[in-house]
Amino acid sequence: MEKTINIKLRVWRQAGPKAKGRFETYELKNISTDSSFLEMMDILNEQLISEGKEPVAFDHDCREGICGMCSLYINGRPHGPDDRVTTCQLHMRKFKDGETITVEPWRSAGFPIIKDLIVDRSAFDKIIAAGGYISVSTGGVPDANAIPIPKEAADEAMDAASCIGCGACVAACKNGSAMLFVSAKVSHLALLPQGRVEAARRARNMVAKMDELGFGNCTNTGACEVECPKGISLANIARLNREFLKAKLKE
Amino acid sequence: MSSTLGSSIGKKLLMSISGLFLILFLVVHLTVNSFLLVPDGGDLFNAGAHFMATNPAVRVIEPLLALGFIIHILYGVKLTLENRRARGPERYASGKKTQGVSWASQNMLVLGITVAAFLVLHIANFWVKMKITGDPRLEHTTIEIGGVPTQVENAYALVNTTFSYLWIVVVYVIGAVGLAIHLSHGFWSAFQTIGFSNQLWRKRLTILGNIFAWIIGVGFSSIAILQYLFYQPN
Ligand code: HEM
Ligand code: SF4
Ligand code: FES
Repeated sequence: MEKTINIKLRVWRQAGPKAKGRFETYELKNISTDSSFLEMMDILNEQLISEGKEPVAFDHDCREGICGMCSLYINGRPHGPDDRVTTCQLHMRKFKDGETITVEPWRSAGFPIIKDLIVDRSAFDKIIAAGGYISVSTGGVPDANAIPIPKEAADEAMDAASCIGCGACVAACKNGSAMLFVSAKVSHLALLPQGRVEAARRARNMVAKMDELGFGNCTNTGACEVECPKGISLANIARLNREFLKAKLKE
Repeated sequence: MSSTLGSSIGKKLLMSISGLFLILFLVVHLTVNSFLLVPDGGDLFNAGAHFMATNPAVRVIEPLLALGFIIHILYGVKLTLENRRARGPERYASGKKTQGVSWASQNMLVLGITVAAFLVLHIANFWVKMKITGDPRLEHTTIEIGGVPTQVENAYALVNTTFSYLWIVVVYVIGAVGLAIHLSHGFWSAFQTIGFSNQLWRKRLTILGNIFAWIIGVGFSSIAILQYLFYQPN
């Protein structure tokens, strides 16, 4: 049985990076509780277009929780009231009939607003470009399992690698720190032999880029971990600190 | 080196090392203070204070301790200001509903300032009087140290009189509780900062940190309260 709800949306509208923003309130009727949050936003935009108004700009791509493109700060939490999911995987069954839902962009100096709910997260790309990769020498295809990797290391690397770069960690952080993201990217490579080769340089360069781009200093509050849709652990930040300090000692 | 200590993790390293150093100092300080509760008219405490005042190691550690405080306070303020800038001027209209983030971890500067305010009174009460201006209550007294009668300053008398004022005791308790809350986050955080933590150690260090924090907090406050209530000559 399909259930529907009526809701009120308070959405942040801002014409451009320098424009002054404000909240607009919209009413939506008969929203299926089976629809996702972004489908609900699509319905809102259809409604706005049919009224001859400008639709709300928001980021999205895969809509299956793997690309990291969707964002939105919903009712006091990045990616909304559900735990361990991205906004595209959030469903309207998490909201009550008659509820007012406040939708805001990520707010952090490192993520300036482009328009409405879209923020510029290219700072993350710049951090990745500073070292979040391994240099591969081309040649024949190596044999599978030629390099043994302990199960625990493989598991932890896999967990760290599940970071999708959405930026919820920064959005949730009172210090505007990107440490959870950077630590996930440094960790998933540092844990594997292929990534170890460049581990010191990677930690140094990625942290330097993160600092240069104006992200804050981590004070270990842990809000990032709670709001991360992929459950990236604070243990990665400890590992990043270790990798970075070791790399600096070696200099 | 400058690029290390100028980086975000480097600045945190300074906070962590100075914080851990201050923690060590607290352990020594509380141990000596606990002598205040030995009901021997203050002889053991005076012996402890005499040892602390005359021991050459302490002469070296004292300026280090001052340096530790200065670094910790300067960098604490610097980090907090930088972090406010990184956060940006806008706040969320729908507030912050993230669950499970400790209050202490988000208010380290406020808690630190509480401790610092207490510290000013503390230094004025004791350190200035013992080291610089002197005080009539510090009149020499003779105690036996290792069977040898030795003339020492009567630090006990000064402490005992200071704790006869209720308002001073109240300020002490506020300072000690502020410190305990500061450490309930600071203890594990310092280890996380130097990289000594993982899933398992995080649990252990948080539990250990909370126990340590409240031993310190309850320890310092109870000594002041007990001195006020039960150790006053009438
Ligand atoms: C005996 C006194 C004190 C002790 C034992 C102490 C200990 C600590 C420890 C262990 C940390 C954690 C460091 C880390 O996260 O790596 C910390 C953080 C902090 N302390 Fe203190 N502290 C003391 C006094 C103060 C004072 C007087 C202030 C100043 C205004 C202060 C301000 C701060 C701030 C702002 C932080 C958070 C910094 C950050 O996490 O980046 N503390 N403290
Ligand atoms: S660490 Fe989590 S919250 Fe941060 S970018 Fe990666 S997936 Fe998003
Ligand atoms: S749109 Fe790809 S993760 Fe949400």
